[in-house]
Amino acid sequence: MLAEAIFFSAVLFTIGVIGVLTRRNAIIIFMCVELMLNAVNLSFVAFARAYGVAGQVFVFFVMTVAAAEAAVGLAIIIAMFRHKQTVNLQNINILKG
Amino acid sequence: MLLQHEVSAAAHPLAGTVVEWLWLLPLLPLLGFVINGLLSLVPATVLGPGDPDMAHGADGAHGEAGHGVAVHAHETADEHGAHGDDHHPVVRHRFAWLASIVGPAVLAIAFGLAVAMFFAMRGAGGGEMHAPFVQRYFSWMPAGTFHLDAAFQLDQLSMLMVLVITGVGTLIHLFSIGYMQDDPGYPRFFAYLNLFVAFMLVLVLGANYPVLFVGWEGVGLCSYLLIGFWFSEKANADAGKKAFIVNRIGDFGLLIAMFLLFANLGTLDFVAVNENVTRLAFGGPLITTICLFMFLGCTGKSAQIPLYIWLPDAMAGPTPVSALIHAATMVTAGVYLIARSSVLFSMAPVAGLTVTVIGALTAIFAATIGLKQWDIKKVLAYSTVSQLGYMFMGVGSGAYVAGVFHLATHAFFKALLFLGSGSVIFAMHAAYHHTGSHEDAQDMRNMGGLAPYMRVTWILMWIATLAIAGVPFFAGFFSKDEILGSLFLRAHDSTLADARWLGIPGSAVLYGAYALGLAAALLTAIYMTRMMIYTFHGPNRTGEKERDHLHEAPWIMTGPLVVLGILSAVGGWLNLPAITSFLGPVGALDRWLEPVVGESALRVTNGVAPEATHSTELALVGGAVAIALLGIIIAAVRLKPARLVPKAQSPEEHGIERVLANKYYVDEAYDRVVVEPTVGLSRGVLWKGIDQGIIDNVLVNGSARLARGFSSLGSWVQSGQIGTYAWVLVIGVLAVLGAFTIR
Repeated sequence: MLAEAIFFSAVLFTIGVIGVLTRRNAIIIFMCVELMLNAVNLSFVAFARAYGVAGQVFVFFVMTVAAAEAAVGLAIIIAMFRHKQTVNLQNINILKG
Repeated sequence: MLLQHEVSAAAHPLAGTVVEWLWLLPLLPLLGFVINGLLSLVPATVLGPGDPDMAHGADGAHGEAGHGVAVHAHETADEHGAHGDDHHPVVRHRFAWLASIVGPAVLAIAFGLAVAMFFAMRGAGGGEMHAPFVQRYFSWMPAGTFHLDAAFQLDQLSMLMVLVITGVGTLIHLFSIGYMQDDPGYPRFFAYLNLFVAFMLVLVLGANYPVLFVGWEGVGLCSYLLIGFWFSEKANADAGKKAFIVNRIGDFGLLIAMFLLFANLGTLDFVAVNENVTRLAFGGPLITTICLFMFLGCTGKSAQIPLYIWLPDAMAGPTPVSALIHAATMVTAGVYLIARSSVLFSMAPVAGLTVTVIGALTAIFAATIGLKQWDIKKVLAYSTVSQLGYMFMGVGSGAYVAGVFHLATHAFFKALLFLGSGSVIFAMHAAYHHTGSHEDAQDMRNMGGLAPYMRVTWILMWIATLAIAGVPFFAGFFSKDEILGSLFLRAHDSTLADARWLGIPGSAVLYGAYALGLAAALLTAIYMTRMMIYTFHGPNRTGEKERDHLHEAPWIMTGPLVVLGILSAVGGWLNLPAITSFLGPVGALDRWLEPVVGESALRVTNGVAPEATHSTELALVGGAVAIALLGIIIAAVRLKPARLVPKAQSPEEHGIERVLANKYYVDEAYDRVVVEPTVGLSRGVLWKGIDQGIIDNVLVNGSARLARGFSSLGSWVQSGQIGTYAWVLVIGVLAVLGAFTIR
């Protein structure tokens, strides 16, 4: 049972990573990050079964942080869109040194 | 740790006397320097409606007859006297009167103090006083077991030097009042002169080598400042630089000698060094090295071969400077140093022979050059070099008293000669100034027949000439004779005679030096008589118009000349030889200096004072007198002043005359051998190669290029593309995970 859950979690995480690396739309990248977080949540829950409730407690923390991050992240994306008229990250490189 | 403090001032016989005021001696001229230095900050006043740029004497209504000694009183406003050599811009300084009081006064007070100290010292036993009076002021360099005080000491040798410096110095300061009266830099001149005397007194009063070295460097600085006093003329500034740089070579030697002394004896105090130096092996390589390095310092300061070249150029300075610094006092510092370090030199016969040989060579070499110089001051300059050679023959051969004796008498008659030449130049210059002529006021070919115009100067300069030529009963006769006699006696029996110098037996070296000394004496008599004849006798060559303006210098200038004339005549009484016992007490200076150099002199002569038999002494003296008279007669008979024409019409010299007039081309040779290779090395290798190539290109610009390369790499990596960052992050994570997994 544990093995399947971890395998599933790894698949989800990899999908998230590949999404972050390959997609250019900020919103999709954002969703891929959420996917990675949830993949981690899944493995936490799976481990909690074997090693005690600490994993479940972590899941709550992760969800809280993810919610806050979603709020801030979306706000940034909207602000960026207003400024640049695009959410394509290739066109946004104002961090260049 | 050496016990150098046992000679405490409190126990000294001079404690509590006027000698306690020792520190005041250098402080007085220093005070004068400060006052005059402040005055010199006030710009010179232009008197009259002239052009403010009067650097070439574009007249001016200077010198109202009421101003004491107004030499240029009759000029009219349209005169332009831009004459070559002596640059007296006719601009008087507003505070010249104050500088004329302060400058000589501090010296006169110092001289009075010195005289008082002299009598205190005589009262305390004079020649019986065996330990110097040492006064410690503060701890200068405490470093572990080495301890050095800023301290002065007064002993018989310092006392003599102080008297000569302050006495002759006062006279020359007085002379300068007249000579420099129309110079806009008048207070600056006195400031430098006072500073010089202050440093010179530090030099002779210092109780250890470093304090002496402070004075040594200080007088070098003042010499530089005063040679380049009229620095707006490039040649003068160059002469100052030359003197300074050549002296640095010598100073390096003195420093090395000091380091060696410290390394081997652990002390630099004169008293302690003298006590401990006998620990070193007699005549060993160490003591010889120390003495030779010390002598290198002397060759620089006292203008001996090979470093004499700066002194003739130093004549670019005002004539009183030539008299005070470059004849009477500073250039004798090397002689003083050897007399002061007599214990060291008496331990190193080879070094002593070297000093003697160099002195003898310098004496004859400079004397031959002096034969063909036309500039009156150049004659005297080479004469000074030559006479310094005599002094070194004396102190080198262990006749320390004779060397110091010649130092003192030379200070008298050479100061007189220089000041007399200054008086002549002053008159010539004033005459040319009147007529606006551009002739050379220092060239003897432009002089001639000056005797009727300047009687006082003429008589006094003849006295000095007879003195330097060694005519009996004038000062130079006794001192030069004593040096030559000592050489002759030491060639028989002394540690020097037993030593070998470059494989030559010491006695042969000493006899050779004696012969060279005699030859130089002959030449001295010739070139000095030549100078006198060409300057004062024969037909006048100044020119028709100028002749009417020739006249004697004012009393403020002739007064000091008279005093020096008396000293030049009677200076020999300081140390009469036994053969002239009918004149007065014999060997006063011998007894006076006995505590300082007596032991060393005895060490050189194997413990017995050299006694000449009466007939030997008579023969020596007779020979010297004959040579002096012969020289004067040769010059008087052979020279034809009537055939001489002014400088402008003079033909070129040929053959040996030309070589002599060009000073054996030594300056040119040094240029080739030393200066040009140095410049080439500096320019080609050190500048273009090391400085521009390695330091600038590789180190400075190279490090900048390296930083720029790294930073451009960094800014290329930081592209601003989130995607790229994410890739790098993922690759990094995978790499770390991979590293952990594989391990």
